[in-house]
Amino acid sequence: MKYVDEYRDGELAQGLAAAIAKEARPERRYHFMEFCGGHTHAISRYGVTDLLPANVRMIHGPGCPVCVLPIGRVDQAIRLALKHNVILCTYGDCLRVPASDGLSLLKAKARGGDIRMVYSSADALKLAQENPEKQVVFFAIGFETTTPPTAVAIKQAKAMGLKNFSVLCCHVLTPSAISNILESPEVRKLGTVPLDGFIGPAHVSTIIGSRPYEFFAEEYRKPVVIAGFEPLDVMQAIRMLVRQVNEGRAEVENEFSRAVSREGNLKAQNLVAEVFELRRAFEWRGLHTVPYSALRIRGGFAEFDAEQRFGEDYVSVPDHKACECGAILRGVKRPQDCKLFGTVCTPENPVGSCMVSSEGACAAHYTYGRFRELPA
Amino acid sequence: MKQNYIRPLDLKHGRVDMSHGSGGRAMAQLIDELFAPLLGNDYLAQGNDGSVMPLPDGPGRLVMATDAHVVSPLFFPGGDIGCLSVHGTINDVAVMGAKPLYLSASFILEEGFALADLKRIVESMAAAAKEAGVPVVTGDTKVVEQGKGDGVFISTTGVGWLPAGIELSGNRAAAGDAILVSGPIGDHGMAIMSQRESLAFESPIVSDTAALHGLVADLLASGVQVKVLRDPTRGGLGTTLNEIARQSGVGMMLQEARIPVQPAVAAACEFLGLDPLYCACEGRLIAIVAGEDKDKALAALQAHPQGTGAAIVGSVHEDPHHFVQMTTGFGGKRIVDWLTGEQLPRIC
Repeated sequence: MKYVDEYRDGELAQGLAAAIAKEARPERRYHFMEFCGGHTHAISRYGVTDLLPANVRMIHGPGCPVCVLPIGRVDQAIRLALKHNVILCTYGDCLRVPASDGLSLLKAKARGGDIRMVYSSADALKLAQENPEKQVVFFAIGFETTTPPTAVAIKQAKAMGLKNFSVLCCHVLTPSAISNILESPEVRKLGTVPLDGFIGPAHVSTIIGSRPYEFFAEEYRKPVVIAGFEPLDVMQAIRMLVRQVNEGRAEVENEFSRAVSREGNLKAQNLVAEVFELRRAFEWRGLHTVPYSALRIRGGFAEFDAEQRFGEDYVSVPDHKACECGAILRGVKRPQDCKLFGTVCTPENPVGSCMVSSEGACAAHYTYGRFRELPA
Repeated sequence: MKQNYIRPLDLKHGRVDMSHGSGGRAMAQLIDELFAPLLGNDYLAQGNDGSVMPLPDGPGRLVMATDAHVVSPLFFPGGDIGCLSVHGTINDVAVMGAKPLYLSASFILEEGFALADLKRIVESMAAAAKEAGVPVVTGDTKVVEQGKGDGVFISTTGVGWLPAGIELSGNRAAAGDAILVSGPIGDHGMAIMSQRESLAFESPIVSDTAALHGLVADLLASGVQVKVLRDPTRGGLGTTLNEIARQSGVGMMLQEARIPVQPAVAAACEFLGLDPLYCACEGRLIAIVAGEDKDKALAALQAHPQGTGAAIVGSVHEDPHHFVQMTTGFGGKRIVDWLTGEQLPRIC
């Protein structure tokens, strides 16, 4: 397939692997966090770790949209479907996220909730137009990549005067999550998470640009290399990070220059600013309540805010006691360190959110890589 | 008044109603005017509750398989629920190594379903059965109220004859065996996806739906030691191989670069965030054969028009965990796991 196969070329990968092995100093260890689930998925699916030397280790970050969604948010969506009888639509990944009372959106659907999978916010808007007698709520999740399309849907709904469309807004912000990890006691004080640099988001950065990461590089002295989601992108970024570490640099570099600029997509940024404003605080799974880390719908568009329309407030719900999703999302633990991994918690019956999406650290490791831990 | 006059069914604008399943005159008319003329054969013509059929001479055993078809949409590029319901069951019989002989078909129709669409479906079914040389010898029709069905569901059962000496089973794969597929994977799954209401996109992908008993017969006749045959329908190649690995208590190693996938299917999977390894096929064969026979098996498959795209994609080895693994085109290794739930698209 043109423009894709080029980034998955096995020969080039071998060349890069040799270069990384040569440049990585044998006397030290390198710990890099790939922020995004897209990178986690690529690393697992293509077996990238098999091509890295033993002293270069990848730590999975929190950048998986459904993984960071707390139980209480899914509960809210389920209440809208079951109690308020709305048509609740959302992205496919969301449907299996475990919620309270053993439910998930998929299970709520089996109990009679009208819950539908959509591919885009535009599909949700279309559903509202086609079902004027029903309330349609779009359960909007995701980082900066999925936020502009939600903004467009809200603006269009307003322009069309739609009275039966609203959005349960759970959009979150990447930079706040990165600061939260860098500020966490594990990284700052305890040193339990050695972190030598970040692979920065691909799609998120096409929107926000590379500039927001400059602060982390400067303030925390951590190199950031923004990389595409193809396996060669990831390999190239790892090589660039190894070089920065070796040379004592901490800069923002852009491997994904075919799509990311320093300023990002200004049109999208303006759209988002027009429709959304910062939430003072938002609860993340794993990172707890993070100040100014998510968006809510501005007053001018309040009629499209499902939380206001249906008066369904957020209620925080603690995670399963033994579930390590929180620590895994912060990079403190690996999936295989969790007692539930692969026993009680599997992709068929996920206990924690990281076992749901193929971008989740646990699901990716279970699905693609669990043979590595088992004796042959 | 004309004696015994019944106004013919309106096959252009008419619709199924509850009376078509009531067992009365309307049902008899539906059978006489729609099903019988299209599917007609000597067995159906007997008009009994069941059919009496002869078996081939010589030593052998019966093989029986059944399959319910609930595909949506009912009509898709390259086929429809009618031919699919014939191919699906014939293939389940064929992959046991048997020659398919007879089919049964039962229809669950939803009140309000257009008779013109039903006619199209039965025509397609009849054509598929005729082409395969396997008659539909008995059938049944029920009607459910509007909203309680999805247009039409079709269940078919097939009976086949397995001559003595052929032993195929999912538990016969052993270390050293080779894994072959008869052609590119995922065509049917993506042809369906491209038509789903919420997702419609233009693509040249057509379903691979086809009856495979001819291909199977040629492979068996080539003298190759065949251990397992299976058609990778729901769950695709990935899930089907996991089923076999578990049944046989073995591991498998695939070579990603050797697995045939049409560029259009690969591209559609790419932008929907799906994996062709888990996309359904309805006209492809997985063959696990003795390692030393793999080239002969490949030649036998490729010599048949349905197997021109055949490839050797991996091998069987010992593994207490029964993992299906794959060397990626990128050079790493990974598990090819069972499909979890339905394939759901990713967000980012």
